[in-house]
Amino acid sequence: MTSPVLILGARSDIARATARAFAAEGHPIQLAARHAADLQNDKADLETRYNVEVTLHDFDVLEVDRHDAFVDGLPVLPGIAVCAVGKMGEQADNETDTAAAVAVLRSNFEGPAILFGVLANRFAERGAGTLVGISSVAGDRGRASNYVYGSAKAGFTAFLSGLRNRLCKRNVHVVTVKPGFVNTAMTAHLDLPKKLTADPAEVATAIVAAVNKSRNIIYVRPIWWAVMMVIRNIPEAIFKKTSL
Amino acid sequence: MTVSGWGNFPKLDARLSAPRHEAALAALVAEGRAIARGNGRSYGDSAVSVANTIDMRCFDRMLGFDPATGQLVAEAGVMLADVIDSFLPRGWFPMVTPGTKLITLGGAIAADVHGKNHHVDGSFRACVDWIDVMGPDGAVTRCSRDENAVLFGWTLGGMGLTGVILRCAIRLRPVKSGWIRQQMIPAENLDAVITAFEDNMDATYSVAWIDCAAKGDRLGRSLVMLGEHADPGEVPARHRATPFHAPRHRKITFPMNAPSFALNPLTVRAFNALYYWNGARQKGQSIVDWDGYFYPLDAILKWNRLYGRKGFMQFQCVLPQDTARDGLNRLLTAISESGQASFLSVLKRFGPQDSPFSFPMEGYTLALDFPRHARAIALMPDLDAITLDHGGRYYLAKDSRLPADTFTAADPRAADFAAWRRDNGLADAFASAQSERLHL
Repeated sequence: MTSPVLILGARSDIARATARAFAAEGHPIQLAARHAADLQNDKADLETRYNVEVTLHDFDVLEVDRHDAFVDGLPVLPGIAVCAVGKMGEQADNETDTAAAVAVLRSNFEGPAILFGVLANRFAERGAGTLVGISSVAGDRGRASNYVYGSAKAGFTAFLSGLRNRLCKRNVHVVTVKPGFVNTAMTAHLDLPKKLTADPAEVATAIVAAVNKSRNIIYVRPIWWAVMMVIRNIPEAIFKKTSL
Repeated sequence: MTVSGWGNFPKLDARLSAPRHEAALAALVAEGRAIARGNGRSYGDSAVSVANTIDMRCFDRMLGFDPATGQLVAEAGVMLADVIDSFLPRGWFPMVTPGTKLITLGGAIAADVHGKNHHVDGSFRACVDWIDVMGPDGAVTRCSRDENAVLFGWTLGGMGLTGVILRCAIRLRPVKSGWIRQQMIPAENLDAVITAFEDNMDATYSVAWIDCAAKGDRLGRSLVMLGEHADPGEVPARHRATPFHAPRHRKITFPMNAPSFALNPLTVRAFNALYYWNGARQKGQSIVDWDGYFYPLDAILKWNRLYGRKGFMQFQCVLPQDTARDGLNRLLTAISESGQASFLSVLKRFGPQDSPFSFPMEGYTLALDFPRHARAIALMPDLDAITLDHGGRYYLAKDSRLPADTFTAADPRAADFAAWRRDNGLADAFASAQSERLHL
């Protein structure tokens, strides 16, 4: 119950809420992000609220050739790792600016996948562990409004699915989280429908429950399962003419 | 977007930003006419600025706790509910708490809130050791009783108009359990309530629910509730092994705005009578858990919908000790004769208060909810006249409707506060719809 939890991309709103939810259950927390020293206040917060041990770790998801060294540098191999790294960008920029598109594709797919590959091997060797990948409903079907981000998340979803398939006999569990709309810094400029929008704390609670119950794929608000079921099943001939 | 206070009036189309770090906050403050907003529990327009409302709830980190002194250092967006969640299991409780735990520490300081122990411990100010305040230029000033004491004084009760409250150090109270030994005293009229309060000045907590529909020789009939933190031995047997873990109350959410006819003089009078007789049956001592004792309304999420789409207004004044009996008598008479009885009415004895701009003063405070309809609105000038006649003043955290001249006449300190704001370059930097209405 009290194995350390590694939070990757610890600065995001979902990551902060998830760190709290695991700390509230007594887990020590490893916060990993770029410029980790700036996370002193988050460390203090988790220690003050929940009396758990918190460590800070510099981590850049795009430096894939250093992921092995990053995992080696952790004080102890975590029992649970949550990847909350993500970058949405602006679809318009992603269409015209190669650098922007590369950053989105690498931050949402390549970086997280390579890191989870490294962690998966360590967990498999140990014969225990849980990987939680925060993917997106945007990966369920590519849409004109954000297919660069969506396709990267689709790749990550497929990677998690394969990892789960490979590792289930090794006592390593993989959870795919599709939060739907969430009230975060990333979406602050968007006008989101209330019924479809979760708070970060709601996502965090769902993640902890999914880990505890070994769920495979979760939509944070169940309504998203229905919404995406419909979206996935619209025939392409019709879908391509829609603007969703 | 549409922003309003807990009373759902006024609803203003305001610019609302939620910065994540200090640099982003400073950039917003630099734009001027800024007001920080916590969890939106002030009733009126205190935490709304049409030009620049700043949601502070992302600044919600606890930064440290010293078990030797009970001092908690935290960012302003931390909620009182989080403080209780983290520290009651370790034997600590807020030193001062209002009737809801769903408020931020920044909001508690800005309104200098009070609780059922004001007559003993004073307002929230009593537990505040220091405050970090961000000024118009983004610079952060630490203020306390010894350091920048003038800023400290105006910030408590200053409704966020002295700068953005960023961090604070507050002291918690050690408790031996999460339970309260409650004593219920039915009081059949106003004289009996006042006697009950005056006879129990040594009780840690005291508050009265008052039946505003009662008339004649029942005018002011109340249930006075006293409370003390219970010892572990008094905790109900099945919770005695874990005395800090009171049972969680089931939360229900009020599903929608109630239709306007739901609250009428008849239902309000029936509710008040039932509440009184039910309470009177529970006369004497009982052991109740902290959540039920301090925060009964928090169990009904969005209870403000009870008052419907048009929202509601609070009338809360304090009358000085020497005029309180006569003033309360006249206020209650005016209310019961108008037929506009309030659904939730609370009477509380305040102790002495020494601070430049906080609401409380030694005497009695009366708090009433009214749905926002024409007859209730028409009653307000009568209540205001009685308040002014008796040297009373108003609680800004509850106000959404006071005319500026009434407020200024009731509270001469307002002019000093406004002058201090002007002299220190704060008048244009920080503003709320309320400060503009009341010329603060």
